[in-house]
Amino acid sequence: MIHVEGLTKYYGDHAAIRDLSFDIKQGEVIGFLGLNGAGKTTTLKVLGCVLLPTSGRVVIDGHDVVNESHEIRKLIGFLPDTPPLYDEMTVGGYLAFVAQLRGVSAADVAARVREAEEKTGLVEMHGTPISALSHGYRQRVGVAQAMVHKPKLLILDEPTSGLDPAQIVEMRTLINKLKGEHTVLVSSHILSEIAQICDRYVVIQGGEIVAQGTEEELSKDLGSQGVIELEIRGTAGAAIETVKSVAGVKDVEVVRLDDDGVVLRVDAEGDVRPELVRALVEEDFDVMKVDKATSKLEAIFLKLTQEN
Amino acid sequence: MRNITLIARRELAAYLRTMSGYIIIAAMLLLVGILFTTVVMWGPSKKSAEIVGEFFKYAAFFSMVGSVLLSMRLFAEERQTGTLALLYSSPVSDWEIVLGKFFAALTFLSVFHLTTFFMPVLVMVYGKVSWGHLFAGYLGLTLLGACSLALGMLGSSLTKSQVVAAILGGVFVTLVVNTYFLARVTLPPLTQILEAMALYAPIFRFMEGVVRLKDVVFYGLVSYVLLYANTRVLEARRWR
Repeated sequence: MIHVEGLTKYYGDHAAIRDLSFDIKQGEVIGFLGLNGAGKTTTLKVLGCVLLPTSGRVVIDGHDVVNESHEIRKLIGFLPDTPPLYDEMTVGGYLAFVAQLRGVSAADVAARVREAEEKTGLVEMHGTPISALSHGYRQRVGVAQAMVHKPKLLILDEPTSGLDPAQIVEMRTLINKLKGEHTVLVSSHILSEIAQICDRYVVIQGGEIVAQGTEEELSKDLGSQGVIELEIRGTAGAAIETVKSVAGVKDVEVVRLDDDGVVLRVDAEGDVRPELVRALVEEDFDVMKVDKATSKLEAIFLKLTQEN
Repeated sequence: MRNITLIARRELAAYLRTMSGYIIIAAMLLLVGILFTTVVMWGPSKKSAEIVGEFFKYAAFFSMVGSVLLSMRLFAEERQTGTLALLYSSPVSDWEIVLGKFFAALTFLSVFHLTTFFMPVLVMVYGKVSWGHLFAGYLGLTLLGACSLALGMLGSSLTKSQVVAAILGGVFVTLVVNTYFLARVTLPPLTQILEAMALYAPIFRFMEGVVRLKDVVFYGLVSYVLLYANTRVLEARRWR
């Protein structure tokens, strides 16, 4: 679906992205990860035909982004980092305008608008002026405009930016619904926000790709099976010693130390949660929490960005 | 054509749904009205054709001012709010974007021209002015307005600040007007060169009721070149 080879983009003398290469298959949901200023937005803008590359080659569904951008623009739906909304329009009017602009026939516009509004939970806002919408609803309208014409490729730049926790969950659910129907590229600098929705990740740092693959592949490449967070009730020093004694544990870091216990972050090879719990219980410690999955990707990301 | 109409309709609706367009038109209409009344009432008695000529002169000036004010938001606002990315990522050409915006602004400017129509008609009722004179005058206003809008749009496409866009558009239009006056105080062949460049010169013939194909082509060509420059600026932005 997407083939990127040696993609480079300069702003004046500054290279925002340098020599990026990756491939994306049809139907995949790809997460673009990187700290602010890493080059995610520039990459997505090139894929969205908003910017042209300084050098390199981008081919989307067989069309070159420089020479055949008009063809590519028929295939994509793009949500930039700021939703491109006309405040004076109503939600329905705006979505109808975008649908027509992207080639939906006049006869199909109403049905497509309705469908996009249903998927994004905007049906009740159909006649509301965009200027009267909250940030969360504006973001939803941004997603709706990107998908209203049923594009093959959806490019969503920071779709969860500025949303409250409930809205983030809603947005994740929405993106999950889009799986299979579209190829989706979604960027974020907050890993937990996209950790559960992506098939693969491309990690960008300083304008270059520092890693790409599934969560497991990234973890394997780093020689780590992730981080385990433990909350233990009992004497901290003894608890740390017990944890360190478990085979596979590489490093133990104290996250929080209270009067009645300690929270530890354990870097280990392989999934050693059963061994850790067994060892701690045998030593009469109360294990209040064992958490692995939620912090795993974050650990990989931090390691990658710190290394680079 | 479909995309041009779509973009033009949206832009026109934006003028109609916000106060700025109405305020610009109302202010220009007020000023033209005051100047028109002053011309009619002040000084020795004048021929009807002279009064209509004077009216078109003021209307032309305010048409240029209005064009700058109406066009300042066309691209600058899109860049400021990030909506230009929507147009860039949609299957529309740069020409369609530019023409859609241009026709919307020209239609709205024509609303201003229409609202001034009662003034020369009053002269017509109480004096002797031909319909042909009025047609020529309004054709000139529209053509001059089209060129001024294209100039203003060029200013707007160069910046994301509407204030800077208005200043740039104002500077462009002032330069164009000054070329005409500069031609009056220079010697040949500079006079001919500056006159050929003067956007303001042909309007005087339209004001007198004279329509020359050469003048129409001149305004058409200048508008085309300026709109083409707009498309180049849009394309250049993708490379930056």
